[in-house]
Amino acid sequence: MSGGAPGGFGAEYVKGLVRENPVFVQALGLCPALAVTNSAINGLAMGVAALAVLTGSSLMVSALRRAIPAQVRISTYIVIIATFVTVADFTLQAIAPDVHRELGAFIALIVVNCIILGRAEAFASRHPVPLALADALGMGSGFTLALVLIGAVREVLGSGSIFGQPLFGAGFEPWVVMILPPGGFLVVGALLLLFARFAEARQRAAERLARGEGAP
Amino acid sequence: MSGARAGGARLVATLALAGLASGLAIVSAYRLTLPRIQANQAAALERAVFEVLPGALRMERWLFRDGRLAPATGPAGALDESLFAAFGEQDRFVGWAVPAAGAGFQDTIKLLYGLDPAGARVVGLAVLESRETPGLGDKIFKDADFVAEFSGLAVEPTIELIQGHGEGANQVDAITGATISSRAVVRIVNAGNALWRPRLPDPATVAPSATPAGTVPPDVERGGPVPGGRVGDPG
Amino acid sequence: MTAGLLTIFVSALLVNNFTLSYFLGLCPFFGVSGRLQTAFRLGLANIFVLVITSVAAWALHRFVLVHAPYLTLIAYILVIASTVQFVEMVIKKTLPALFRALGIYLPLITTNCAILALALFQTSRGYDLLEGIVFALGAGAGLTLALVLMAGLREEAELSDVPALLRGTAMSFLVAGVLSLAFMGFAGLFGGG
Repeated sequence: MSGGAPGGFGAEYVKGLVRENPVFVQALGLCPALAVTNSAINGLAMGVAALAVLTGSSLMVSALRRAIPAQVRISTYIVIIATFVTVADFTLQAIAPDVHRELGAFIALIVVNCIILGRAEAFASRHPVPLALADALGMGSGFTLALVLIGAVREVLGSGSIFGQPLFGAGFEPWVVMILPPGGFLVVGALLLLFARFAEARQRAAERLARGEGAP
Repeated sequence: MSGARAGGARLVATLALAGLASGLAIVSAYRLTLPRIQANQAAALERAVFEVLPGALRMERWLFRDGRLAPATGPAGALDESLFAAFGEQDRFVGWAVPAAGAGFQDTIKLLYGLDPAGARVVGLAVLESRETPGLGDKIFKDADFVAEFSGLAVEPTIELIQGHGEGANQVDAITGATISSRAVVRIVNAGNALWRPRLPDPATVAPSATPAGTVPPDVERGGPVPGGRVGDPG
Repeated sequence: MTAGLLTIFVSALLVNNFTLSYFLGLCPFFGVSGRLQTAFRLGLANIFVLVITSVAAWALHRFVLVHAPYLTLIAYILVIASTVQFVEMVIKKTLPALFRALGIYLPLITTNCAILALALFQTSRGYDLLEGIVFALGAGAGLTLALVLMAGLREEAELSDVPALLRGTAMSFLVAGVLSLAFMGFAGLFGGG
């Protein structure tokens, strides 16, 4: 969590993409990250919906941060978030009924996505509007990236296609379990492992560098 | 956090204001999107009905109430109380579209099937909702051969599921590797027939009601869209 | 009727287990389930909240929301938040040790998607009061089962020689994947007839 001194707009945006990626690093918002990612396109739709709600509610929370008394802030945040989700839900039903059908109840469940309340409480309520916007966009994009990545891996393995386009010939026997619930857990587990591996490698490199420079 | 310790009145006022603003926002969004949502739902339903009843150009919801089947005037009833009458060119009656649901391999399967005017043959099948296993159970709507079995399928005495090649007019070949899902579909259709066939009136008496063509009451249960949708479960 | 209730219960408990098949309530699943006893008690607290929520959501839906269906989401989330607060107070008074053990995960039940999902599913499936309660019990028992299984496996894993990189969340996910795979075996319990 970045509670410390805020960087610029760009820095607040970039941190959500990889370094503080909500799914792979902070392990937040896992339910939708697993539930709707049986294809890349579903992951993208869910990510964009969450990005919209996160941006809207972060802006609102940040703008009102001086007006909301501390004792009732969580209730107020929840009301704000639930409003944005309901509006997003209706909008999606109106303009993209097929997407809404695919995502089903998970659109409404954005309300309880820990990322959104988490960013409202940890960041938007303490920072001015432009920074809150950057943070929300960054975290939302990071979430979307993660969902598309998980969805793409599962779709390629489980259906032999990507964004609905078949990748392999007719001879390909899809690894069906990957688009079923267990596949979600396994793919996310594997990706987490990769992320941890990269983080470790980077840390080692940094240490080596520090030692190298520190040595006489 | 800002605002330090605020008085009780301020707390109540904040929450009341938040509630009011949120209510306003939600109601306006609802008003703005409702026509589109209802149109979408009606269009989806119409597509399904036209798919299962070849030759259908328009449809009406009919309700079974007080022992009689008649064109619906009020809101949609329960699943086992309503079906759709479809009409083709020159208002010729082309058949019934029956919604039905039952337990599948994973979860409830919801489907719609077409019956010819006399209620003697199934003429089409569409799966509206299912969580059957991708690659296996989902062949009940992805396998064209299986779906084609339901065009011109005799319903007397009951539809039978056959392993291998059934020749009878009332026989359906089970999908290899998805026997349970195939059996579930056949069972749901048979149950729908047992419920509806005794209720169907003489086809000669079925005519479109006075409502102008194309105005189907939208299939909106309980008065409107609900967050999370009536689409049911994730999957 | 009783067959219907049994189906709802077993379906929510095993076939469509909230955690392992719908991915609901993953935060406590991965966060708190390190110790068997805590996991079990958190499961019980969840069952309690689920049942109260089910009844409240049914009443709201039946008497209030028929007139304003567009307020469903916001009404449900407020009911859940109040219920959790209430349960928190009760546990704090009666079982202070449990209260400390659950820590942050107790208030976080509010943002446990399983609770809201239960209310929404119950509404969209049109369950009545009794069916709703049975559904809540089944779903809660399912959550508890998943939590306890996971906690048991993790207690074992602590004692075994696991590569350092695998320790923690990544391994929990792989274990959960295998559990989920096992639960898939329950599919077809009802379609087999």
